[in-house]
Amino acid sequence: MTIQVTRRGFFKLGAAGLATSSMAMMGFAPEAAASSIRPFKLTHTKETRNICTYCSVGCGVLIYSRGDEAKNAHQQIIHIEGDPDHPVSRGALCPKGAGLLDYVKSPSRLKFPEVREPGTNEWKRISWEEANERIARHIKADRDENFVATDSEGRTVNRWTTTGFLAASASSNEAGYLTHKFVTSLGMLAFDNQARV
Amino acid sequence: MTNHWVDIRNADVILVMGGNAAEAHPVGFRWVTEAKEHNNAQLMVVDPRFTRTASVADFYAPIRTGTDIAFLGGLIRYLIDTDQIQREYVLNYTDAALLVDEGFGFEDGLFDNYDAESRSYDKEHWVYQTDEDGFALRDDTLENPRCVYRLLRAHFDAYTPDMVSSICGTPVDKIMRVWETLASTATPDRTTTLLYALGWTQHSLGSQIIRTAGMVQLLLGNIGLRGGGVNALRGHSNIQGLTDLGLLSNQLTGYIAAPVDDEQDLDTFLTARRRAPLQPGQVSYWQNADAFFVSLMKAWYGDNARAHNQWCYDWLPKLDKPLYDILDTFERMSKGEIYGYFCQGFNPLAAIPNKAKVSRSLAKLRYLVSIDPLNTETAEFWRNAGEYNDVDPSEIQTEVFRLPALSFAEDEGSTVNSARWLQWHYAAASGPGEARADTHILGALFTRVRELYARDGGAFPDPILGMAWNYKQPDEPSPEELAREYNGRAISDVYLDGQLVRRMGEQLAGFGELRDDGSTASGCWIFAGSWTEAGNQMANRDNADPYGIGQTLGWAWSWPANRRILYNRASAKLDGTPWSERKSLVWWDSVQRRWTGADIPDFPVDSAPTRGQMPFIMNPEGVGKLFASQGMAEGPFPTHYEPLESPVPEGNLLFPRNDKVRYNPAARVFAQDLEMMGTWEEYPYAATTYRLTEHFHYWTKHVHLNAIVQPEQFVEIGEALGNELGIKEGDWVRVSSKRGYIRAVAVVTKRIKAITVGDRIVHQVGIPIHWGFLGLARKGFLANTLTPFVGDANTQTPEFKSFLVNVEKDTSGGRT
Repeated sequence: MTIQVTRRGFFKLGAAGLATSSMAMMGFAPEAAASSIRPFKLTHTKETRNICTYCSVGCGVLIYSRGDEAKNAHQQIIHIEGDPDHPVSRGALCPKGAGLLDYVKSPSRLKFPEVREPGTNEWKRISWEEANERIARHIKADRDENFVATDSEGRTVNRWTTTGFLAASASSNEAGYLTHKFVTSLGMLAFDNQARV
Repeated sequence: MTNHWVDIRNADVILVMGGNAAEAHPVGFRWVTEAKEHNNAQLMVVDPRFTRTASVADFYAPIRTGTDIAFLGGLIRYLIDTDQIQREYVLNYTDAALLVDEGFGFEDGLFDNYDAESRSYDKEHWVYQTDEDGFALRDDTLENPRCVYRLLRAHFDAYTPDMVSSICGTPVDKIMRVWETLASTATPDRTTTLLYALGWTQHSLGSQIIRTAGMVQLLLGNIGLRGGGVNALRGHSNIQGLTDLGLLSNQLTGYIAAPVDDEQDLDTFLTARRRAPLQPGQVSYWQNADAFFVSLMKAWYGDNARAHNQWCYDWLPKLDKPLYDILDTFERMSKGEIYGYFCQGFNPLAAIPNKAKVSRSLAKLRYLVSIDPLNTETAEFWRNAGEYNDVDPSEIQTEVFRLPALSFAEDEGSTVNSARWLQWHYAAASGPGEARADTHILGALFTRVRELYARDGGAFPDPILGMAWNYKQPDEPSPEELAREYNGRAISDVYLDGQLVRRMGEQLAGFGELRDDGSTASGCWIFAGSWTEAGNQMANRDNADPYGIGQTLGWAWSWPANRRILYNRASAKLDGTPWSERKSLVWWDSVQRRWTGADIPDFPVDSAPTRGQMPFIMNPEGVGKLFASQGMAEGPFPTHYEPLESPVPEGNLLFPRNDKVRYNPAARVFAQDLEMMGTWEEYPYAATTYRLTEHFHYWTKHVHLNAIVQPEQFVEIGEALGNELGIKEGDWVRVSSKRGYIRAVAVVTKRIKAITVGDRIVHQVGIPIHWGFLGLARKGFLANTLTPFVGDANTQTPEFKSFLVNVEKDTSGGRT
């Protein structure tokens, strides 16, 4: 019996979990076998469910990454595609979502805490410890100087209006909730997110 | 969205106005296509540009930017005059029959009791007439001239088709075609859905445009029904979530308004939020505000929050003005009144109007902290980028920190989509270099600040030292810990009518379990139910649709209480049976004696129809509000006013003799910004900003694929203007407003046509926003160089959609 396997059908079989090497042994090698490297792209990858970070349709995405879970081995994201199970997006992505991998890998991604000192023209890498320390001291200095506990009529107002905070509308609810606690604990009022624009 | 993405497929008529879903929300827009294909839906598009949404519409009508209230106000007049309203719905489920205070009036463009000095109204009479019990008087014949219905009709009396046409520049026959199509859904078995986005919000009248749309839907009986509703197609992936969590200057969480300085004690604060019913027996769910608030304070301040100290109410900052919004903040910053600023995933140099003012203001800061996965123009506002950012770094003394955050792909947690679905996502990899999660960045910063206050003291340290921060690693709170916290838990055993409903330490099942006695903690009452004893509901992935109408209740979790279509009790008649089989959604099961159906009822589940409770359970009236009472700055009924910068010499054509009502009489305009408004003589063209399908704000210019497909800044002008100015496709143009200029390639199209306003031709100019001086795409000008520094009078959302520019052929040599 001869079975004609098109290249496309062969990928489907592969995706269905059949060991491709034994397929070849059984004589089912597809035509153009030399180009059959691509179907293996996602084997041995980890599939992670995620939601597109751009607009608020909230399309489901599947992120494929490589690397085992060893302590010192980093996962490398190699592919992102639409999640076919998602009831809104059903596997589709738009021109923005289709480029998500390039967003993750953008050369503009920031890697280290940095500071631009007053009057200078460059970034200087600093440690997280230094960044935290310096920013915390700015917060405390400004707050201690400008916190208003009572207004001119003697009313308790406990507000701090000389430092403001713009929150990120692409961050998670958990980050947003924590940000609200952070901002409120300090008495900050100049507080907004992208919903305002 | 009152409804949700998949539900769009159930609509019979779809009006896209103030948005361009095909390009801005392409995957969600597939449900519009589905409705056209399988539900025989008519797609109507009203927009200044012939967008890609318009290109697949059954009908397109052009409109001058910023005149939507005239268009929709005229529609309201038309629906009433031709009696094309869903009469039973309007009578029972809206406030149409309620009588308004005799002191309420409107004349020549202004409501009574306007104060020109403060640009605001005394709202005392913007209320219903009430009886001695405080319940609104009503007239079910709708004949009383003081009933909302009659006042509404009188308010829009001048909005005739001819008047609407001369204001909007839309030909009368096109106006009528759109109105007639929408009116066809006044029958109980047909619905219109309204889809809008920033094209409605980014106006000095944005909130009132959306209100007018809501009023149209109430008159047509389209709210609470399948394929109906008023649907905001929101922007960022979690802009809905951050709104729900109240990350705004005047909000606590879950839409509890933040306290103001007049509210000195807890009882005054809560009384203003309890909202007693205005009709007998109504649910008025805000009556439970005490339980929501006390549970929030228990989540935030833990054991410190006690009844005897008003649950730490004094610790909350009190507002001395309605809003510390972004415009107010940059106004104060420009005067040197702000010293520090945090930009977490936010690029205000590009996102706030009048870039020159924003840049000048940032330079007055002592410190600026940018927390972002990407480099931003704001973080580098001090960098000289030639014509694109012409500053001198040596003169800028601001200390700028740039902290690397993880992206979505490396972070775990939930985001809320436009349909109010909380969807959980997982991390696929670690981030680049030393990038950290936003939660860890803030966790570490908070614990450091707290250490400094604990050690050295300082200004009122109590709320910092007293903030509940009981995470296993205080500098690295986990997503699960935080999600469990905003859901809420029982601090001690919780009883309802003597029955134990929740044991100490258990996660709450929903906001119905919240208590005002300190026995429950919940960081955001509307999110209660998202992480219960049954686990993380936001990670649910059952996409079954048992009724075949797109209601996948097992997919993710929707606030409130997993309800997918808000006000869904309105999908049934007074007697609890569906208006029609085609639109059935929830109904009263007289055997089980409970509401049931294809959605979680947005209603007390055992409230029998005979009890007379109405569907709009958050409103004290129990019904939808055609009359906004004291809720809006400009008045209880929407009125057309011109944009701050208007191309119409006569001003407001509705009230041509009254210069006070040329533009929104309640708009807040700072003195220096008023001087920076241009006139039609100097800047004759009506401009609007917009987004392209290939780009997302100012992010995707950093993304290789998107930088390839849409590499270079352009502006769009119509052929008529091109001919007039001798500009052809590909020429360079200089577009200027009173606030600055940009240079870009001209795209000369048939998509933006000149429009006739009164007897004058007005050309419109389209300005896509996506370029800047950083990234992989070609350098360009930040489009907010041009835009006016004024916002909506209620929300202060900037007027990015309507302003004036001049266009000239650029002779300075094109690309730099």
